[in-house]
Amino acid sequence: MTYHITDNTAAAIPLRDIPEVPYAEFHADLAEKLADPRYHVAHYFALPEEGRMRFYCLLLDDATSQVLVASHVMEYYDEGVLPSLTAIHPQLHPFERDIAERYGIRFDGMPWPKPLRFPFDRYDRSGSMDNYPFYTMQGGSLHEVNVGPIHAGIIEPGAFRFICSGEQVLHLEIALGYQHRGVEHEFAATGNRLRQTCLAEAVAGDSAVAHATAFTEAVEKLSGHERPAQLDRERGIALELERMAMQIADTGALSMDVGYQLGQVACEALRTMTINTTQAWCGNRFGKGLIRPHGTDHPLTAEKSAMIRRNVAEIARRYDEVRRDIKSSPSLLARFEQCGIVPRDQMAAIGGVGQAARASGLARDLRATHPWGVFAKHISHEPVVKTQGDVMARLTVRCREVLQSARYVDRLLEIYEQKYAAGPSPCPAPDYAAPLAPSSLAFGLVEGWRGEICHVAITDPEGRIVADRIKDPSLHNWMALALAVRGEGISDFPICNKSFNLSYCGHDL
Amino acid sequence: MILPKIKVLRSHGRQAIPDLDAVELTPEFRGRPELTATGDTAELEQAAAICPTGALSVTPFALDLGRCLFCGECARRAPRNIRFTNDYRLGSPTREGLVVRPGDRCVAFDTSAVRPELSRCFSQALQLREVSAGGDASIEMELGATGNVNFDLGRFGIGFTASPRHADGVVITGPVSTNMAEALQICYDAVAEPKLLVACGSEACSGGLFARSRAVDRSFFERHRVDLWLPGAPTHPMVFIDGLRTLLGKKQRE
Ligand code: SF4
Repeated sequence: MTYHITDNTAAAIPLRDIPEVPYAEFHADLAEKLADPRYHVAHYFALPEEGRMRFYCLLLDDATSQVLVASHVMEYYDEGVLPSLTAIHPQLHPFERDIAERYGIRFDGMPWPKPLRFPFDRYDRSGSMDNYPFYTMQGGSLHEVNVGPIHAGIIEPGAFRFICSGEQVLHLEIALGYQHRGVEHEFAATGNRLRQTCLAEAVAGDSAVAHATAFTEAVEKLSGHERPAQLDRERGIALELERMAMQIADTGALSMDVGYQLGQVACEALRTMTINTTQAWCGNRFGKGLIRPHGTDHPLTAEKSAMIRRNVAEIARRYDEVRRDIKSSPSLLARFEQCGIVPRDQMAAIGGVGQAARASGLARDLRATHPWGVFAKHISHEPVVKTQGDVMARLTVRCREVLQSARYVDRLLEIYEQKYAAGPSPCPAPDYAAPLAPSSLAFGLVEGWRGEICHVAITDPEGRIVADRIKDPSLHNWMALALAVRGEGISDFPICNKSFNLSYCGHDL
Repeated sequence: MILPKIKVLRSHGRQAIPDLDAVELTPEFRGRPELTATGDTAELEQAAAICPTGALSVTPFALDLGRCLFCGECARRAPRNIRFTNDYRLGSPTREGLVVRPGDRCVAFDTSAVRPELSRCFSQALQLREVSAGGDASIEMELGATGNVNFDLGRFGIGFTASPRHADGVVITGPVSTNMAEALQICYDAVAEPKLLVACGSEACSGGLFARSRAVDRSFFERHRVDLWLPGAPTHPMVFIDGLRTLLGKKQRE
């Protein structure tokens, strides 16, 4: 089968250069390739195009760093039924569900033909969020527990339906869509690139830097402009600060759920310190406003660089003390170890990504497998991988990544200080008007703190962005949470949930 | 096993901010803007054209904090007309109070618009139920942070509770997605009277980036009166704390 072969740093691809293959061929080739976990689908979506439907698929090959782009089409009069790939490889379920929900295309043999997010422009309006078709089981010893959409804490909404036998969870189904705001539609409805960048920052506010970086990567590939290496370094610093802040926050959240108050408050304070560092750099605690196309509004200065280095060193030192305390507390280990296990083969089957996949022995980390920007040039990243797949493994990956990110930030700032501290910044101001290549596709693949973030921007013949198709890593990983709690006591759900900390709005868009 | 804990404790030290009313944020923080009218509107028109949410109007010259994302772009395009200060006292009991005009030196807080029973009932203790209806998680995290070791809002008897039955009011974040509209209404109805309603964040105040989205249903705000409007994307914990304290009569806006 023919793909357009590219990588995460190459230029935008003219749409006509992406081969269109018959669906049967696409199906057969993907069915074969995905059996090997070196491959996984990063994105697969449909887009109406001049009276027909064109489907695009981004397949990542972790062994060679290649990105394989394929497409197939469905003419207006074709029958809207395709043999399902999910039936063979469950990892395709969110993509096929999305295509079916939006456009009414049916996937024959699809084992899980459920709504994905109830978008406002869905094909079939007969169902709504309030009558999600939950899976049920009958039996005298079974009972159901419904949680949500509003949860106990200050978090986003989503509905969880447990089927339990006594205390034990047999099945968890997660119904999402409550957060659907029409992000992708808003992207296409505006030509204002600043507005689009702000939308990218709002896809998932806890991953504002990562989503904005993925979007600007796509835009810059479309404009074809070179950018100074220092800009890549500053984006890398922002991304790693975001990662530190959130991994620390989740360490605190896990501590809270097992009643380990010392760890909780220590992590709260350390997260405050991390996001205040970002705020002192750019004025926003979540780094909103920091990532802009072609340039930056907040170039580093010698004082800011010194401030960040000082704070990051202190945060890393104190966080390491918390990490050691967790490791030396048997009461914590008793809760975290052997709990919420997702074995490697299941993680591969559902296409898991990010720190959750790494905790289950899959070395999926775009910083190493599909490097971009600073990871393609200045840092050769070594992913943190654990094999146990339990809550402790996910926590350990977080712990080690905080310290790793702290080292990266320090190194990047050191380069900055050596090269530019005395003089003016080499980074230009942002450019929201740069012309974009017409009728092209460009993607940004960025490893956020949760995992693989993908933005695919497509332009029309006038060079306007007509679609930005967004994938948050949560789209893959929600299924991992459902698998993790199978067979566990329902009281362990909170720590299983926190050990993933997935995004609702990133999923619902 | 006690030694590592002592180490953590020693490094942690004291974290609570001693006087929350005296907090100064970093000069980088983009808070209340100050507007200056000049004869020349060319730059302003450019700024208004690129504003991602249409928060800026040229004639009459005004900036609506309820729509603003605090991205700072307008101040870069029209630096003679707009300047952002680090003033976090942004809350208002009226939606109109969020509109900043040239010469304004603070965000107006019209105490006559505050229902008197609020301070009578809630000034000693206030439990809130937060409902995220399309919020992007950053704002929910900021609300969570108001109770953390640094801000420790619990010192004033203010906190968040799980059940609406235990709550004295509702805090809404997000533009109110259609898929959450019913759940929000059910939750609000479950809170006993008298109750307080807070719209937290620019998305809750106006819809923000999603003001025109067809996936959003803002009819809730036509049916219910908001007691406190808090701008921000996301709303900084200090904006929330200052707004509530001022609403409850514990703090005056000069
Ligand atoms: S700071 Fe506010 S008013 Fe100014 S451009 Fe940004 S959103 Fe618009």
